[in-house]
Amino acid sequence: MNFLNFLISGVSLGSVYAIIALGYTMVYGIAKMLNFAHGDVIMVGAYVCFFAISRYSLPPLLGVLLAVLLCTVLGIVIEKLAYKPLRAAPSLAVLITAIGVSYFLQNAAQLLWTSNPKVFPSFLDFGETGGIELFGGQLRVSYITIVTIAACVVIMLALTAFTGNTKMGKAMRACSEDKGAAQLMGINVNTTISVTFAIGSGLAAIAGVLLCSAYPTLVPTTGSMPGIKAFTAAVFGGIGSIPGAFLGGLLLGVIEILAKAYISTQLSDAIVFAVLIVVLLIKPTGLLGKPVNEKV
Amino acid sequence: MKKLLSNRNLRSQILTYGFVIAAFVVLQLVAAGGGMSSSLKGMLVPICAYVVMAISLNLTVGVLGELSLGHAGFMSVGAFMGVTAAISLQNAVPAPGLRLLIALLVGAVFAAVVGFLVGIPVLRLKGDYLAIVTLAFGQIIKSIFNNLYIGLDARGFHVSLLQDRTNLEQGGRLILGGPMGISGIQKISTFLAGVILILVCLFVIFNYVNSRTGRAVMALRDNRIAAESIGISATRHKMTAFVLSAAMAGAAGALFALNYSTVVANKFDFNTSILVLVFVVLGGLGNMFGSILAATALTILPEVLREFQDYRMLIYAVVLILVMLGTNNAKLKSLFEKLRPRRREEQS
Amino acid sequence: MGKVKSKNESPLVPVPSTSYIPQRDLDKTPILETRYLGIDFGGLTAVDDFNLTIGRTEIAGLIGPNGAGKTTVFNLITKVYQPTRGTILLDGRDTQGMNTVQISKAGIARTFQNIRLFDSLSVEDNVKLGMHNSIRYSMASGIFRLPAYWRKEQVAHERAMELLSIFDMQDMAKMQAGSLPYGAQRRLEIVRALATNPSLLLLDEPAAGMNPSETYELMENIVKIRDTFRIAVMLIEHDMSLVMGICEGICVLNFGKVIAKGTPEDIQSNPVVIEAYLGKKKEG
Repeated sequence: MNFLNFLISGVSLGSVYAIIALGYTMVYGIAKMLNFAHGDVIMVGAYVCFFAISRYSLPPLLGVLLAVLLCTVLGIVIEKLAYKPLRAAPSLAVLITAIGVSYFLQNAAQLLWTSNPKVFPSFLDFGETGGIELFGGQLRVSYITIVTIAACVVIMLALTAFTGNTKMGKAMRACSEDKGAAQLMGINVNTTISVTFAIGSGLAAIAGVLLCSAYPTLVPTTGSMPGIKAFTAAVFGGIGSIPGAFLGGLLLGVIEILAKAYISTQLSDAIVFAVLIVVLLIKPTGLLGKPVNEKV
Repeated sequence: MKKLLSNRNLRSQILTYGFVIAAFVVLQLVAAGGGMSSSLKGMLVPICAYVVMAISLNLTVGVLGELSLGHAGFMSVGAFMGVTAAISLQNAVPAPGLRLLIALLVGAVFAAVVGFLVGIPVLRLKGDYLAIVTLAFGQIIKSIFNNLYIGLDARGFHVSLLQDRTNLEQGGRLILGGPMGISGIQKISTFLAGVILILVCLFVIFNYVNSRTGRAVMALRDNRIAAESIGISATRHKMTAFVLSAAMAGAAGALFALNYSTVVANKFDFNTSILVLVFVVLGGLGNMFGSILAATALTILPEVLREFQDYRMLIYAVVLILVMLGTNNAKLKSLFEKLRPRRREEQS
Repeated sequence: MGKVKSKNESPLVPVPSTSYIPQRDLDKTPILETRYLGIDFGGLTAVDDFNLTIGRTEIAGLIGPNGAGKTTVFNLITKVYQPTRGTILLDGRDTQGMNTVQISKAGIARTFQNIRLFDSLSVEDNVKLGMHNSIRYSMASGIFRLPAYWRKEQVAHERAMELLSIFDMQDMAKMQAGSLPYGAQRRLEIVRALATNPSLLLLDEPAAGMNPSETYELMENIVKIRDTFRIAVMLIEHDMSLVMGICEGICVLNFGKVIAKGTPEDIQSNPVVIEAYLGKKKEG
């Protein structure tokens, strides 16, 4: 029963990673850049939701919506100001700019909200008994766990449908294949990239709220480590692939929780990264990534 | 034209060596004249360490052409192993200069070995996948040092992971205490040693780049398929650059750590790797002189911004973004291009 | 092998270009022989049943319409792709299991359809890289500038200049390879390939993008290279004046299969070839 408990919390944590990784992977697929500031958008989303609920006592759902809205705007603004001028620049320059944006968000958050940890309100746990009990109370699944997993599945399905069926989704896939050709076909590449950033950042806000509901300490660097882990998850599943990010996120969460439970708490991060290395050695482009062959 | 270009290559090398030596002499004079604040004085050795980190990472990113996001991992290997060596030899080698030299070498050798082991999987991958694996190794190395215990007693070294199981005899000393790191370090690093280390690393890199192996590595960077078609095997040559780079980072780590009384693993985290990468990109890929300038300027910048207090890291971030936007701006670039041919004409 | 290693060999230039074409020396072991060579990509067969023999000093042509699989044959011979079927014998030796690097060491050098130079390095360095395996010194000699470094670099330098002089490119030695004009880049690729001491030189569309007079000069130079180094040359080319002018044996490929083999005269009068390739060209 313990194992099942660990598995469920692993899937729950993995769902959060998956949502963040989806944002990473979409941005990578289209802009071909590692957006290191993505993790910090999570943090901003969590803060917005925190203040909306605790300070201004808005209803939780409204708080989440507000966070999503603000992060979406933030994502678009970041893309317009910092990344768009570098469309033709070498990828390393864009990487460093993303790091600059990451520093900026962290330090701005520290100035605005100080580095004192905020305790995130547990608005989804309805008291001590919040959750479903199974097997005569041996297995307890909290509501937040259920909501997290459900949210992740819904988002993943919605994104798959969106990229597969809508006009904008098809434009995104076209841009990720070949920007030049997409432009010649009349697709507005800039708008497409903006929309991608908007979706990714909106997802980051949801991930931030879910993450802080499960681990309720909120500081300006809250987003860093989950950001790196989600990035790892995206690569794990095959960066650029939406099902890959989903799978990678879930696996990463499960491995992390099981490693913590059965091997060592301190070394759990090391184990997660070691698994990533092994997977990449066997499948050099991740679990679901397409192999790239250079034409000679 | 022929002679000039080879001269230009040599000239830029001499300029780089000269700049380092001149900077050393000027700073020593200023310090002797009492014109240096104590905070700047305290930064001299860390600046040297970061300069070595920057030029060694430039070897990986600029010359080898692979993005590494875990360079701080090699720095920490050098730091912990170098300091362990220095502490162990405290009685056996009383002369601090010699002890520092041994510590730097021990740090470099251990980092080279780790670099070799990391390089085996890393260099089989490509592009962003390679980068993420270096990041992963950086995190793994940090986790290991956070949980590693090294003790020394009359029976020799005792090493254990996760818990202190060194069971030291009476009079033994626990050198590395897991997350507590190493404390009670004798600060034997000096500015002179740092400058000598920079010069040695520059010498190695410049000569490496202009020799058979270095040329092969750059050929692999420019066009792997063509390089293999003329009989240059990728993994072997790439490994030489990767291991050299790791060894230098190890020496830098030892130099850095022996400048403080304590050292902990979290000092060498992902942010440190990124910081060094920023030096390299700002200074220019493959441009060692640029790396030196960028590392120096960006290490001092937060100090200079100290009067802005809380805003300094914010300003730092903005400066970083603006510099990146500025140096990659199409208009500025075309202006720069206009200036360039004129210079070429002057020289021919 | 080793023909061009020593310095006291007859100088490479000036060697007057000759129109003399030696007999196919098929009494000796052919330098290259492929038997039933084939490769599939997924379910698609790109090359099938490719049989070819090239004499030790022959200039052979591989022609065919676009997409016929000509470059794929080169990629198979140099092991950029591992063959699905068949055997490749180099100087009578099976190359099964070898990789690109080993093939280069075994004596095959090539150029690429889309030029692949080391763009950021100098012209001289590009050529020196071709000598990577013949002029060697340790990494330590390089870093510490030991006598071996100076000695070997001097030899490499002289050899590079000598090779560059084939195409009269000595003056460009210090220029960046990527900044050369197109034609010079193509020539540099040939020089770099020659620097590896090959016994078989594969040229992938060497005349692409060249004007008639440049092409004519290239033809002379290919013959000159063969005569000087006594090596075999196999080339893919769409310029029929070049192929018919210098190739002693021609192989025509269409849809991955050999449709004709023979001398230029045979090929020109072969109805199958005319239909598949030359005929089309006349109509279009």
